[in-house]
Amino acid sequence: MLDINKIRAQFPILNRNVNGKDLVYFDNGATTQKPQSVIDAEANYYTNENSNVHRGVHFLSGLATDKFEETRNTIKDFIGAKKNHEIIFTKGTTDSINLVANGFRTLLKSGNEVIVSELEHHSNIVPWQMCCEVSGATLKVIPILDNGDLNMVEFEKLLTENTKLIAVSHVSNALGTINPIEEIIEKAHKVGSQVLIDGAQAASHIPLNMQELNADFYCFSAHKMYGPTAVGILYGKKEVLNNLPPYQGGGEMIKKVSFNGTTYAELPYKFEAGTPNIAGVIAFKSAIDFITNLGVETIAKYEDELLQYVTSEILKIEGVKIYGTAKNKSAILSFNIEGLHPYDIGMIVDKMGIAIRTGHHCAQPIMEKFNIPGTVRISLAIYNTKEEIDLCINAIKKAKLMLS
Amino acid sequence: MSTIQEIQEEIIEDFAMFDDWIQKYEYLIDLGKELSPIDEKYKTEDNLIRGCQSRVWLHAEHTDGKIIYTADSDAIMSKGIVAILINVLSGQAPSEIATAKLDFINKIGLKEQLSPTRANGLVSMIKQMKLYALAFNN
Repeated sequence: MLDINKIRAQFPILNRNVNGKDLVYFDNGATTQKPQSVIDAEANYYTNENSNVHRGVHFLSGLATDKFEETRNTIKDFIGAKKNHEIIFTKGTTDSINLVANGFRTLLKSGNEVIVSELEHHSNIVPWQMCCEVSGATLKVIPILDNGDLNMVEFEKLLTENTKLIAVSHVSNALGTINPIEEIIEKAHKVGSQVLIDGAQAASHIPLNMQELNADFYCFSAHKMYGPTAVGILYGKKEVLNNLPPYQGGGEMIKKVSFNGTTYAELPYKFEAGTPNIAGVIAFKSAIDFITNLGVETIAKYEDELLQYVTSEILKIEGVKIYGTAKNKSAILSFNIEGLHPYDIGMIVDKMGIAIRTGHHCAQPIMEKFNIPGTVRISLAIYNTKEEIDLCINAIKKAKLMLS
Repeated sequence: MSTIQEIQEEIIEDFAMFDDWIQKYEYLIDLGKELSPIDEKYKTEDNLIRGCQSRVWLHAEHTDGKIIYTADSDAIMSKGIVAILINVLSGQAPSEIATAKLDFINKIGLKEQLSPTRANGLVSMIKQMKLYALAFNN
């Protein structure tokens, strides 16, 4: 039995007031709050362990390196990857996608095609536009249906032997749709295309197993899964990563540097130039431990209960329209109220201590499709409660009253 | 015609009457609703102010040595914010507008809501209004 109060007690920020009210935090899709164990791990690194990794022969450097690599091992197990060196540390999902898209600039040529979907976050659109601009490849877009599902019939029409890479999100950050990535990966591989999955909104909500999923690349961010900011993961299959040109040059990523030519380090260091966010990486392990101690399945089940509840409660408000009504959804509810601007609603409920997101959620193509300026988004995490949903619904009702 | 400073003082007095944020917000909403409509032909892409989460259009006309601003927004709170700025600056001389110190914002108890770092577009609105003033001043 989940004891949510016990879980909440681990998050010190949940005790604070905002505008004189208890904080109700429903902007978890943007970033989650951090448990004390993550905060302590980060502080402990600087207090007792600070040293640069992979370089020194001295005690502290060895200790920092061991702990840094321990996180890599923990991530490998968490996502069911085969090898530690398939886990690359980056600054975040955006950085991971840019790393791959940058490499594809030299792998692609005119006549090749890259496919993204209409419901992608800008960070899974713009790097591919830049990649196509330089390489001469063409960018194709999978449209979505009115309920927020990908149009899989159109997807199949886009797939040809020219398709070299498909980049889609596991879960849409704006609508919450869980995409059928297993089917996409299987069909992509049949035409010889690689697949990159943007898992930013999935990694702390859906159990992952890379070996079963068979994605070529999978990207996610620590800060959306109770970990520190500016730490991200790029998972890539060994052979795919070996084939990908390095991203940034510098220390750590080389085997031998000479003005006659430089050779690059082996995986994963080939993609980890410069001193990384060591404190963040080490603290990320505490975040993964927090998740695995609860169990991703347990988290998913609880969050789904909350999602069903908030969906049914919000629909009781007259004039509400939900964007994203796919059958498979994860922890995100996007909506508008007829005649009201999402920004106005957000401004007013903020005064009642409620943190929700308003705007286009960095997914302007979806907003364009629905012909709206943005939505109000409630995104859930394990520490949220039905009582908080009630407070939020009441605040929204109050906002509606003030604005009408 | 009152000076910019006098109008700011009146606004500060108005807001001092309110007990809580709800009344202040309701006042902003009313100001937004009462804002004289902008001529539809000025609601163009060029007149959109960047940096707002909502769409805010601002138009300026220079007549008899004064600038008349008109504006609109699809969000009522943004409309209220731009309405306050219009109340303060519209009808004043370009040189007055360009050098105006808008200290009422810190004194009406909506500092957090109208803070320059928030995504409310306030800074962009003021900047655009002052840019018009500089342009008409030359």
